[in-house]
Formats: sequence, C-alpha cells, structure tokens
Amino acid sequence: MEITLNWYLALGVVLFTLGVLGVLFRRNAIVILMSVELMLNAVNLTLVALSQAMGDVSGQVLVFFVISVAAAEAAVGLAIVIALFRKKVTVDVGAFNLFKY
Amino acid sequence: MIAQFLFFLLAVTAIAAALGMLIARNPVASALWLVLNLFCIAGLYLTLQAAFLGVIQVLIYAGAIMVLFLFVIMLLNLEVLPHPRQIDWGKVLAFGVTMIVLAQLVYVVALGLDVLPTFVASPEQAAVTGSAEALGRELLTRYIMPLQVIGILLLAATIGAVMLAKRRFI
Repeated sequence: MEITLNWYLALGVVLFTLGVLGVLFRRNAIVILMSVELMLNAVNLTLVALSQAMGDVSGQVLVFFVISVAAAEAAVGLAIVIALFRKKVTVDVGAFNLFKY
Repeated sequence: MIAQFLFFLLAVTAIAAALGMLIARNPVASALWLVLNLFCIAGLYLTLQAAFLGVIQVLIYAGAIMVLFLFVIMLLNLEVLPHPRQIDWGKVLAFGVTMIVLAQLVYVVALGLDVLPTFVASPEQAAVTGSAEALGRELLTRYIMPLQVIGILLLAATIGAVMLAKRRFI
C-alpha cells in the first residue's frame, strides 16, 4: 500500500474537524484560539500535499502567507484576551456578553 | 515501507495530540498538546519533502506562536478555570457523522466533476519544489508584492497588539 495524496487530504479533514469541535465546545477563549490554529494547520497540510503532488510551488507560497497571517492573528487575539481578562477577570467566553441585547 | 510507517506514526500522533488538546482541562496542557501536534505536522511536511516549510513550521509555530500562547496563559494566572460545559455526546456523535457524510458527498461530487488532481509529481521533482531555493525564487519575484503587504500586516498587528494589551486604553 502506497501513501497517496488522499491519505494526506483525509488527515487534513480529520484535524480540521477536531479544530471545529474545539471552537464549538470549549469555553476557554485561549483554547478556542488554539483550535483555530489547529484548523489553519489542517488547511496548510492539504495545501502542501496538493502542491507537492502537482509539482507547483505556488501552494507552498500560500502556506507561507497563511503562517504569517496566523502569527498576526495569534498576537492580536491574545491581546484581546488580555484586555478582556482585565475587564472581566475571566477567559470564559460565556462571560463576554458586551454586545448582547 | 518506512515511509508508510512514518506517515501513520505521525498521523496518529497528530490526531491523538489534537484530541488531547480538546480534552485537557488545564490550558497549559492544551498548549503543550498543540505543540506536539505542530511538530507532527512539521514531520509530515518532511515526508512530503517540503523541507523549507517543515523548518518554518517548527521555528514560527512551535517556536514563536506557542511561546506567545504559553506566555499569555501564565501571565493571566488562571486560577478560576471555566467550568466544563456538560458535553452532549449525542451532539458530538451527530457532528462527526455529519462531517463523514459530507466528506463522502463532496468526494463523490468531485469524482463526478473530475476535478481531483490525478497527476503526481515524481519524488525528485517534489524535492526540488519543496526546497528553500524554489520557494525563495518564487517569493521574491512573482509574489514580491504580497510579501511586502504581509510585512506591513505583521507590523500593524504588532502595534495593534501592544495598543490593545496596554492598560491605559481599557
């Protein structure tokens, strides 16, 4: 049995689904941000697998940009979590209801 | 043979680490599980012969982003952890089954539309495509404009993060 492209794509699907589950079911804002990172990584994996199978560098350039944007997103997201923690002294997403009503 | 063994080892470890991240109560444990997951994905990049991205993955994700996460977790000193929501396992099961059915449907539709790439590059060509040389050449010629935009984005994100986390602005 040879490891084909489909195996990598299937692994990407499983990891992405786990990331979605993390976003939906966890209440800790920091863990939710980590689940988003997991989803980004799953997509990166499929991009690299397709890029290598097709012999085209463009997919990997896109992965490079995705990693850069993920770094920016993590920095801003964690800064927001710190600001919310100052206000509410918790990171439970259920406690953040500023926009409710 | 060794390639298959390596792939399945890394894939199973990656999935187990992702599950551990979801289940762990302590956010520090979650972050460390995610680090393991990121290392496994870096290993998978290496099995795909994308050497440059494997190194970048370890350097930026495991080295920089996860350190930022751990730093924030420890900075906040989370003594009051959110109470675990009562997980409705029926919902989780329904979600999983839905995703499986959706994946199969999309796969069948893609087969019918004949959009799945069937051509596969040879390992030698893949090694050339995944090298830092090929990536750098593409990045600094064809994608020079997006590269500069990403630089500005990172600068803006850094300034924004500092402004947001500053005490006076809250």
